[in-house]
Amino acid sequence: MIEFNLDRGSGVSTYLQLVHQVKQALRLGVLRPGDQLPTAREVVESLAINPNTVLKAYRELEREGLVEGRPGMGTFVRQGIAGATLAEHTRLRRDLEAWVRDARAAGLDQEDLRALFTVALADAAKEGVA
Amino acid sequence: MSAALEATGLGVRYRRTWVLRDCSLSLPTGRVAALVGPNGAGKTTLMHAAVGLLRPALGSVRVAGEAAFVAQDKPLYESFTVAEMLAFGRRMNRRWDDAAAADRLAALGIPLRRKVGRLSGGQQAQVAVTLALAGLPDLLMLDEPLANLDPLARHDVMRSIMAEVAERRLTVLLSSHVVSDLEETCDWLVVLNAGRLQVSGDIEELLDGHLVVTGPDDAPIAGAQVVSASRTGRQVGMLVRGAPPLDPRWQARSPGLEELVMGYLRSPDSAALPKLTGVGA
Repeated sequence: MIEFNLDRGSGVSTYLQLVHQVKQALRLGVLRPGDQLPTAREVVESLAINPNTVLKAYRELEREGLVEGRPGMGTFVRQGIAGATLAEHTRLRRDLEAWVRDARAAGLDQEDLRALFTVALADAAKEGVA
Repeated sequence: MSAALEATGLGVRYRRTWVLRDCSLSLPTGRVAALVGPNGAGKTTLMHAAVGLLRPALGSVRVAGEAAFVAQDKPLYESFTVAEMLAFGRRMNRRWDDAAAADRLAALGIPLRRKVGRLSGGQQAQVAVTLALAGLPDLLMLDEPLANLDPLARHDVMRSIMAEVAERRLTVLLSSHVVSDLEETCDWLVVLNAGRLQVSGDIEELLDGHLVVTGPDDAPIAGAQVVSASRTGRQVGMLVRGAPPLDPRWQARSPGLEELVMGYLRSPDSAALPKLTGVGA
């Protein structure tokens, strides 16, 4: 089961935060095919948000084919997110950490790092890689 | 889309002062609506008229089904125990779910034998909300339910109400003058200002339908309704309704809920109301 949390000052809409958290849990294997998502009532009881917000997030996930609603039963994970396995995640993260250390040693600060990473992402998107 | 609450040309007067005038609004069933506006805007009056606590001078207001109203000064008898309050509610209401009320209070850890006057402010608010919900209303109206509550108690009260909305087809109208309290919970916005209705609509549609734009004073903006504007030197910042073709010199972004409300409250002559196009529209 996944437990949602909200970053109220983030400026990201509540329903998108829920969508992102489910996707992240799928990527990390915290949620697997067949797992049930919490009911709207359960989410609402812990976060004090509008139940329609939860339903909207679940509809979005359903539209993307990641979960399915079974009438009278709840919402279930249909498939994981294809992509890197957990082991690959760990490896990539280690590489990234090494890169960060390298960049810090070269005199870049946090903001420089973020800018550089954003530019790299944008370039990759332009080339159709990401 | 059926309406849980419908006001048509509603006008209320205390002696010679109009506290609510020409108010026409329709609140769809199943919504959680925020009723906002400065003190004295007519929020409490609208609720009082809806539950029949006062008679309008003009027009009408109608509730589909049963309405429950929780007044701002939590209507509880301090010398009663919680159990006695429940018994009182049972006798005063035609519909009553005693088991649900007892379960809810137990889950909140509120002892039935405690005198209401000895409960904390948050617990008193919870008892008032529990009593209102035990009558299984179709429309729950709460006047400033979060006033004087600490952040934890506010969160707990909203959790209770949202859980009930998730469970059954309940419409909620709650007033507040603190917009940030309502951002996560409400999906409908009603803005009252000095007795007049300024805004009534779906919050998401309202936010999508407005822009905050900043730019030079001499760049024209056409094709949009300017809700409010503030000028500083040669720069102007505006809240506009609609999607204008923007001059490249303008910077535009979506407003937050609080910004939207403030924009309207600053310009009492602006309004965002659904067109009343008659039956079948």
